[in-house]
Amino acid sequence: MSDAEIGRALTDRAYSQHRRPPRKRGRGTTFRKPSAIPGFGAALGFTWLYLAVVILVPLGAVVLWTGSLGPERLWQIASDARVGHALRLSFGLSLAAAAVNAVFGLIVAWALTRYDFPGRRLIDAAVDLPFALPTAVAGIALASIYAPNGWVGSIIPFKVAFTPAGIFVALVFIGLPFIVRTLQPVLADLDREVEEAAATLGASRAWALLKVVLPTLLPALLTGFALAFARAVGEYGSVIFIAGNIPYVSEIAPLLIVMRLEEFDYGSATAVATIMLALSFAILLFVNLVEAWSRKRLGHGR
Amino acid sequence: MAADIALRFPATTAPSRETPPAPPPSATTETPATRRVVIAISLAFIAAVLILPLAAVFTEAFRGGVSKYLESFDDPDTWAAIKLTLLVTAIAVPLNVVFGLAASWAIAKFDFRGKSVLVTLIDLPFSVSPVVSGMSYVLLFGAQGYLGHYLDTINLQIIFATPGLVLATIFVTFPFVARELIPLMQEQGSSEEEAALSLGAGGWRTFWSVTLPNVRWALLYGVLLSNARAMGEFGAVSVVSGHLRGLTNTIPLQVEILYNDYNFVAAFAVASVLAGLGLVTLAVKSALEWRYADQLAAGRRR
Repeated sequence: MSDAEIGRALTDRAYSQHRRPPRKRGRGTTFRKPSAIPGFGAALGFTWLYLAVVILVPLGAVVLWTGSLGPERLWQIASDARVGHALRLSFGLSLAAAAVNAVFGLIVAWALTRYDFPGRRLIDAAVDLPFALPTAVAGIALASIYAPNGWVGSIIPFKVAFTPAGIFVALVFIGLPFIVRTLQPVLADLDREVEEAAATLGASRAWALLKVVLPTLLPALLTGFALAFARAVGEYGSVIFIAGNIPYVSEIAPLLIVMRLEEFDYGSATAVATIMLALSFAILLFVNLVEAWSRKRLGHGR
Repeated sequence: MAADIALRFPATTAPSRETPPAPPPSATTETPATRRVVIAISLAFIAAVLILPLAAVFTEAFRGGVSKYLESFDDPDTWAAIKLTLLVTAIAVPLNVVFGLAASWAIAKFDFRGKSVLVTLIDLPFSVSPVVSGMSYVLLFGAQGYLGHYLDTINLQIIFATPGLVLATIFVTFPFVARELIPLMQEQGSSEEEAALSLGAGGWRTFWSVTLPNVRWALLYGVLLSNARAMGEFGAVSVVSGHLRGLTNTIPLQVEILYNDYNFVAAFAVASVLAGLGLVTLAVKSALEWRYADQLAAGRRR
């Protein structure tokens, strides 16, 4: 054995002793892995404290209040006709808006990632407008456009502002970036070889897109759909100006919460909020299941 | 431009550089006609859904000319709203920056139990309706809330006062900074910090001269987003504000009041300030994405 070999053997041994394979975390191991970097306790302590004070305790108050209402009261409020109508409206329109955004968001994301055209970067930046424009500003702008004497309202033959159609328009506005921004990175990472393989096997372009590309995008599309839907259900600022807020016609669930709070009827407000959260949770769970199924069917964990 | 030149010198000049030879028909791209249709649909949708409302804000604001626009700001309530918004933002955003730095330090530099729970909880405020987040503070601090009586005895008002506005703003902007920093700091790892520590730098010194410079653009990105949201938040703030003119109205709430008073020019004039802020945010954000892409978290690169 040469010196160099002996040396290497020694360092290898030292190294293997130094870096034992990491044990599986579980019972009997330490709370955190050792590290030379200081400040763990202070940073984590402050993080949990701030999180608890600002987010967890207030949300805990909502849970507590719901618990104190009791199931009969919850059911009584849920079966109220006005609440029922507001919930159906909020959820129906949010699903419809998310679906429309899924279609157009896919087209926009495709154009932005696959094609080059003048102004592409500008359009790409504009997609974030609903995030950048405060909801109240978007709300009054949409209301003025779709009002009977507005730019669009005066052209189209039916009424949009102050009807459920107006709510739908506002929900489409706020939901678009969620779809586009979830799809873009997936589209950019898409393996072109799969499309080439489909083409060499004789698939037409449309057939390849439908059978090869679309299934790959489906999980991301569903994630975007879920995000847009969740945002739409809770949306308040951009909707109330264009909605008209007519009970049993164009009154959304979040508005009902605000109105009950203004009447100091905390119980009813909490009940509506709880039903809203439970329904959203059920729908999001369903979407997640479909997403997990489509990922599994696809055979990879993107 | 290129077409102009080509028309003026049809035969004599060589084919201009701007018109590249037609690409060979490829099996993995769409036909030029399809491309044009997809781009046209995208542009039309973006223009109708996103650009139109933005244009409407400025058109309505300047409907009565520049003097009428400027007159809209001749209102003490509007100025009080602007001052209050600046105050609330100046408290909420720095607090969330400190939180974001602490949380990302703990999460990215250490391995500990309960990390994924913590990361999920940090994102929680994004999935809560703004109205519900405002409501959670009302249930806690409102007149009939859990702590209402106690706050009354010590003469501290949180709901319908500035502290409530600050809390609601912190809630809705909570995840922005942490979300930008955590993935970036995880990508960067902690070898540079370990090097600094081994060379004798203390914990704070390491943080200030190694970690902070490494994440400065991502930090700015997060601050930018939370600032825009803090100044433009409507739903959560609306619930806790009580709408006392000149006292607890932030800019978006002032827009609502002016709009409901049928003072449309003033409403859109004040809204145009928020829209301008949104546009500046968007411009700086896009500039950061293009210029400092390598120093932002992977999801932000374009």
